[in-house]
Amino acid sequence: MPLPPLPDDAVVLGTSASSWRDALRVAGGALVTSGATTEPYTDAMIGLVEEHGPYIVISPGLAFAHARPGPAVLRDGLAVVTLASPVVFGHPHNDPVQVVLGLAVAGVGAHLESIGEIANLFNDPTVTGRLAAATSADEVRTIMGASA
Amino acid sequence: MKIVTICGAGIGASGILKVNAEKALTALGLTASVVAADVASVRKVSDDANVILTSQEFVEAIGDTYAEVIVIRNHFDQGEITAAVDRALGEH
Repeated sequence: MPLPPLPDDAVVLGTSASSWRDALRVAGGALVTSGATTEPYTDAMIGLVEEHGPYIVISPGLAFAHARPGPAVLRDGLAVVTLASPVVFGHPHNDPVQVVLGLAVAGVGAHLESIGEIANLFNDPTVTGRLAAATSADEVRTIMGASA
Repeated sequence: MKIVTICGAGIGASGILKVNAEKALTALGLTASVVAADVASVRKVSDDANVILTSQEFVEAIGDTYAEVIVIRNHFDQGEITAAVDRALGEH
């Protein structure tokens, strides 16, 4: 399975966020607006960071926001948010965050194929910077190899 | 041999580590099972693990274990992950 779809509603470029919570709210909102999740999923994404810390900043400049599958996931979904000014999440090595990648998966198991695609994509260390500089949803989709 | 990858939900960060650890094993010519799990399941899944790959945030919660716990800084840095797997499981 390729990446989940990335419609225009799931791409938010150059947004202003004053905190990591704000940044995750924008990513969660993009998943809701694009029809992948409902509001409680956003709260769950924030809850994981409140519980465990900023571990979702898994590479320099990139936060990988997600929560568990559940009733708040309507379908597999992806969201890309770029920040006008980088935001500190409190990660010891990978701060500040320029790009938030949001992921919703409807079930565990099949999701590993999407995860594999994401891993292959971001193994290229230029991808986060190219996404941060993107100026249109089409450009983001081209960089990621995603469809609308 | 068994590698366990740990994160908060057992889906995202640990999924990335699982995929990249499997690529590392292939590159090194090693064979091991790789299991991704959330930190709440760490006792259950890692009692027979040789290595645990995770983020700094989970080291304390993982606690005492026979497995070698290795912190990965950049989950997308294949070089960092391959070096960690080689150090832990490779023949030296």
